[in-house]
Amino acid sequence: MVTTAEAGGHVHSAPTGFIRKYIFSLDHKVIGIQYLLLALFSVFLGMALSLLMRIHLAWPAHKLPFFSGGLMTPEQYLALVTMHGSIMVFMVLTTAPQSGFGNYFLPIQIGAEDMAFPTLNMLSFWTTFVSLAVMASAFFVPEGAPISGWTAYPPLSAVGEQSGPGQGAGQTLWVIGVAIFCAASLMGALNFITTTVDLRAKGMSLLRLPLTVWAWFVTAVLGLLAFGVLLAACVLLLLDRTAGTSFFIPGGLVFTDQVLISHKGGSPLLWQHLFWFFGHPEVYIAILPGMGVASHLLSTFARKPVFGYKAMVIAICGIGFLGFCVWGHHMFVSGMSPYSAFAFSLLTMTIGVPSAIKTFNWLGTLWGGRIQFTSAMLFALGFVSLFVTGGLSGLFLAQPTLDLYLHDTYFVVAHFHLIMGVAAIFGIFGAMYFWYPKMFGRMLNEGLGNLHFWLTFVGVYAIFMPMHYLGIAGHERRYADTTGVGYLAKLQPVHVFITIAAIITVAGQLVFLFNFLHSMKSGKKAEVNPWNATTLEWTVSSPPPFDNFGGKHPHVYRGPYEFGVAGHTADFIPQNLEPEKVSEAH
Amino acid sequence: MAPTITQELELITAGHGGGTGVPARGGDGDRPGGSRRVPVRAYFTLVQLLLAAIVMFFMALTSSYIVRKGLGTDWQQTPLPPILWFNTVILLGSSLTIHLARRRERAAFRPWWTLTILLGLTFLGGQLLAWKQLAAAGMFLDTNPSSSFFYLLTSAHGLHLAGGIFVLFYVVFRDWRRSRISQAAAADLAAIYWHFMDGLWLFLLALLTLGR
Repeated sequence: MVTTAEAGGHVHSAPTGFIRKYIFSLDHKVIGIQYLLLALFSVFLGMALSLLMRIHLAWPAHKLPFFSGGLMTPEQYLALVTMHGSIMVFMVLTTAPQSGFGNYFLPIQIGAEDMAFPTLNMLSFWTTFVSLAVMASAFFVPEGAPISGWTAYPPLSAVGEQSGPGQGAGQTLWVIGVAIFCAASLMGALNFITTTVDLRAKGMSLLRLPLTVWAWFVTAVLGLLAFGVLLAACVLLLLDRTAGTSFFIPGGLVFTDQVLISHKGGSPLLWQHLFWFFGHPEVYIAILPGMGVASHLLSTFARKPVFGYKAMVIAICGIGFLGFCVWGHHMFVSGMSPYSAFAFSLLTMTIGVPSAIKTFNWLGTLWGGRIQFTSAMLFALGFVSLFVTGGLSGLFLAQPTLDLYLHDTYFVVAHFHLIMGVAAIFGIFGAMYFWYPKMFGRMLNEGLGNLHFWLTFVGVYAIFMPMHYLGIAGHERRYADTTGVGYLAKLQPVHVFITIAAIITVAGQLVFLFNFLHSMKSGKKAEVNPWNATTLEWTVSSPPPFDNFGGKHPHVYRGPYEFGVAGHTADFIPQNLEPEKVSEAH
Repeated sequence: MAPTITQELELITAGHGGGTGVPARGGDGDRPGGSRRVPVRAYFTLVQLLLAAIVMFFMALTSSYIVRKGLGTDWQQTPLPPILWFNTVILLGSSLTIHLARRRERAAFRPWWTLTILLGLTFLGGQLLAWKQLAAAGMFLDTNPSSSFFYLLTSAHGLHLAGGIFVLFYVVFRDWRRSRISQAAAADLAAIYWHFMDGLWLFLLALLTLGR
């Protein structure tokens, strides 16, 4: 803990030195932006890796930069798979929607001056940074990055360098990086929950919380309960790798014609259980904040209250709870008892209930609204579209009999990319277009935003819809080159199409990057409340002062989505507007 | 003790809204000035949540233990060094002394608190001795799964307890006049953690002993 030397004296004095202000800042707003920049760097790194994979899949003989002789080996392809997945899941989908936007806006939306524990908050960002550095350093060790995928299934991930390039130092760095990330996420979760429980402004009851806050809160609870389990699994894996234990390594394994005699009796399935007990909640950690943002944006830009606010809250909590009961559906082909598979299948399909509640409530929110098609709104609508598309294929995969066929095919790749990858990214973009004016004091260019949306929206469907057909045709995931396999070679034109779509979509992201950087200096100046929104962050200047509310303590009088209220002159009522002022113009 | 989450929920359901406005004591000493509104109950929430995360960590190890033991082919139960029973008594004693430190008058705080620290250090020393005895008997981390789990569980608990000892020192040596929470509140928080570590050890001991 940091102690203050000059207690008393100035009220609300902000730090003035560069390092305290921008590097080791305690301000949740700066930390939120730091998280977003870390995610921005990571998402471009992850995209670059996927482009290399896509180009190799479409034109296997094509020479590529960064590879000796310009040709990619199958093992190098697997290393790209591993690092793309790990960086995207941990450093983008977990950090940007929750730690990034959550850090910046949760305290302001509940009327707090900061997170409950600013030093812990700073520590959790810098721990995340170290984790990214450790994980990315796997690229630079002699044998390169690990090849066992982001799920790191043993024995491949556990037995060390004899199991393949990158399985020595690279895999060890990966495990350590993930373990550090667990610690960072736990710190963040502690702060988010405590802040929401104990720091709400007067009048901000639980059922007056914006749905964004509900989503961040439930996500933090999931993180709190899930990351400890992954940390334990990483410790066991690390001991198997370095200390000669046999938690996950069975006996009699043959590698390069030699039987491993130092290990015996372990269970690779044990890792799968531990990993997916974390891994499935992790999916919701990625998507729940997007759901909160979508609800928030649909209501604001349809100028209507969220349809079924309470049902939305219950659905968020229900999805969070069920997220812990379904990990077995990732393991239908592991040889589990059909009775277990049946139970996991039933529980998995139960998630369809709260998901459908949310989807129909989103549609109900839009129904009869005066919809404003801002870039932020477009991305929120895109989120709903992708959530439905990706969710429907989940119902196929949730059935053990179908999963036996579809498991480890491109059908799965299409499913999880649409629902947890791209839908979550659309949530992030929606949040970015919506809150950019508040964070940076300037508006993003709407024309470029529209262009970015349509390129991305059409692009991701062009990339991922054909993958369903590849999967149904029996195309396995993780194969570097299928031109030599008879029945798969016929599918090569689909690969070419997907790769071209991917190149165009990635190029479309440069539009966003330009808009993001250019608008920071040259964008239109943002007013206090450019979207006529109701929540507390729109009652303070853009960007907000150091202590968020300029020494005042906001008082909340009503729920977060009071749009189009009869008898009131404006079509929205801010949460903090005194009741006696409600029917006056303002 | 500060209001718990349940009390907070009662306040909300009774229609009192959310946060309770300006608390009596607040802030975690990070910001200059007296305006930070972090109520002392936030610190209790934090510790309770931390314990929840620690429970999940040890539950993951526990279920791994049960699964791995059930596989059975190569499991040879590690004989527990008798010194563990002595260590257990020491740790239970430290829970008593930390309780007394908080109950007695101010003058009695420091001696009981110091005794708690000493007992904590003795426990850790005793655990090291247990490792030495096991190693002398030829049981190492990689000898068989039972010994792997023995070393793993005792060291995971030991690390958490060492963190607790650090906090106990911190409570004594920090200048609390400059802090936003009182030394008494900090001692309460440390004690919650300490009692939990005590209970956790009893659980782990039962896991390592029972069903052999």
